[in-house]
Amino acid sequence: MNLTRRKFDALIIGAGGAGLRAALQLSNGDAKVAVVSKVFPTRSHTVAAQGGVNAALANVLPDSWHWHMFDTVKGSDYLGDQDAIEYMCRAASKVVYELDHFGVPFSRLDNGNIYQRAFGGQSQNFGQDQAARTCAAADRTGHAILHSLYQQNLRARTHFFDEYFAVDLLRDEQGFVLGVLAFEILTGEPIVIEAKTTLIATGGAGQLFRTTTNALINTGDGMAMALRAGVPLEDMEFVQFHPTGIAGRGMLITEGARGEGGFLVNADGERFMERYAPRAKDLASRDVVSRSIATEVREGRGCGRNRDHVLLDLRHLGADAIRHRLPGIREASMTFLGVDPIEAPIPVFPTCHYSMGGIPTNRFGQVVAPVKDTPEDPVPGLYAAGEAACVSVHGANRLGGNSLLDILVFGRAAANHILEYLRENHYHRPLDETAVEQAMARLTRWDRKDPGDGSSEQVEPLKRELRKVMEDHCSVFRTDEVMREGVEKVRALRERLNHAVIADHSATFNTARVEAMELENLMDCAIATIRSALGREESRGAHSRIDFPDRDDQHWLKHSLYSLADDSLDYKPVRTQPNTVPSFPPKERVY
Amino acid sequence: MEPDSRTRWRCRRGMLENDWLLGQFLAQGYAQLDQEGRDAFERLLDYPDNVLLDVVMGRQTTVDDGIARLVPALRAAAAAETAP
Repeated sequence: MNLTRRKFDALIIGAGGAGLRAALQLSNGDAKVAVVSKVFPTRSHTVAAQGGVNAALANVLPDSWHWHMFDTVKGSDYLGDQDAIEYMCRAASKVVYELDHFGVPFSRLDNGNIYQRAFGGQSQNFGQDQAARTCAAADRTGHAILHSLYQQNLRARTHFFDEYFAVDLLRDEQGFVLGVLAFEILTGEPIVIEAKTTLIATGGAGQLFRTTTNALINTGDGMAMALRAGVPLEDMEFVQFHPTGIAGRGMLITEGARGEGGFLVNADGERFMERYAPRAKDLASRDVVSRSIATEVREGRGCGRNRDHVLLDLRHLGADAIRHRLPGIREASMTFLGVDPIEAPIPVFPTCHYSMGGIPTNRFGQVVAPVKDTPEDPVPGLYAAGEAACVSVHGANRLGGNSLLDILVFGRAAANHILEYLRENHYHRPLDETAVEQAMARLTRWDRKDPGDGSSEQVEPLKRELRKVMEDHCSVFRTDEVMREGVEKVRALRERLNHAVIADHSATFNTARVEAMELENLMDCAIATIRSALGREESRGAHSRIDFPDRDDQHWLKHSLYSLADDSLDYKPVRTQPNTVPSFPPKERVY
Repeated sequence: MEPDSRTRWRCRRGMLENDWLLGQFLAQGYAQLDQEGRDAFERLLDYPDNVLLDVVMGRQTTVDDGIARLVPALRAAAAAETAP
């Protein structure tokens, strides 16, 4: 096929924190590196991370990597792989000091050391007093990290393919991943990027849900590419929701609003949390509040035109308290809703925040799958890191401050393993042209014209329906019946997507085509998520089922693996054995 | 004049807040811009995400008069869609 072709040692798909950290390590290691990103790199979603990076620097309170490890294992509801968690927590201090040297302006203590703030789920001495472990650059840590890493990559001469969309991985018959077919959004020109190693760092799939904090770009592109290349996705049922997103918009209204005395009411004006959590009421844990909101809406007590949300009332706090103690929340409500919480309550609904699941990898960033003899054989030439990957360090539930740490530690670890691989693999393997043709077919499928007989479907309405189906059937209210119905609805939508056409067939800046392919990716991630959620008959971490309310370690202390080709679920054991320290056995998770 | 595809794609940002602000403006305010306004909008899109958000939210001022003139229209477009 007569296509533009380029060759690199390493190809990185995605230019968020994980991709850029890996790229920098590789460029500094003298590898020839390309980064493909559908948006300009500094517009990746890492920029939205406000919280910070966890590392046991002990600058504010006593701390140790081992305590951090304990907290992460416990936070994961014991589903995290303890070898990877140990590795991450041990590496944390090093990656933070590296960032400091790269120019990230961390907030400082008076003595010049990096300031550390206390976050939920952090403890000293294995579950005792609160720890202070999160290093932050004011409230824009992600932004600072992303910009510093981008500048460092420019200095290291990393090659960027900005505004290129990756279509599919190119895999040969022996299972080696040899690069990707992409196209330049500006010209529509396809390009084959051959690489000895390919790292997927495309972030999460938060756009699966109607109400989400995730940017529009988070469409699970890399996860879906892996699925189509025959790699199963791991633990996709674990999606973190925050109880109070702005209804119909998604932006977060932090717990601070309820901490200051705000409360939730339904359409009858009832403070319904008093029924679900008589003691903690509106300050019950996130999953309890989320599920209570969803239950109110399902049972017809939702507010608004569509009765699809509840209200967060702050008015009783008074204008002064709202202005002075909750200025950010007031500003967000006024900007995105036109609602001043001094005068009216804020419409809220649980909002999707983070995908714990993703492409299965080991702690070296190698993608692992049941290729030959074990459930964890490395897929040669393929790596993944960041939210797209499932190492798994977050297990069933991620702790605040661990997502930026994850992208940095495993972006770097993957790059180190790639450098080793490159030392032993000097030459490009011959490209399998059949793989190129298959990927091209996925691209040219969108050249199809509307037959005009009324049988065709449109991308935008299908996307809207998918996100609503996922919200209604697979967000925080999960039962066998609800999800079974959801699976059928997602399958029906996937079938309808086969009949979708786009109106714009121009070559240059055809964003309709990009959005159509993003929807294909979302559909694949959707079926993986809802099938995995239906399969897991227990409640653990972020996966909370009404019909199976308890954690069941006897049957479910295992990772889910969903394969697209045969629409099947499989499972593999959790790695409960750390590298050098004794295992933390499962215990009841109480804080 | 309607925004071209390139401008639309440049409105895909790293933060949902910016996606919403810019998306609402493309739908409701962009068509009324003259050439000077369209140029200012492109300069606004050059800003890093956090700066863009701060300028539109009024947490940071800009020395670019053209962009400053756009801010009220961006805010009006963001809140124009009635609460659900």
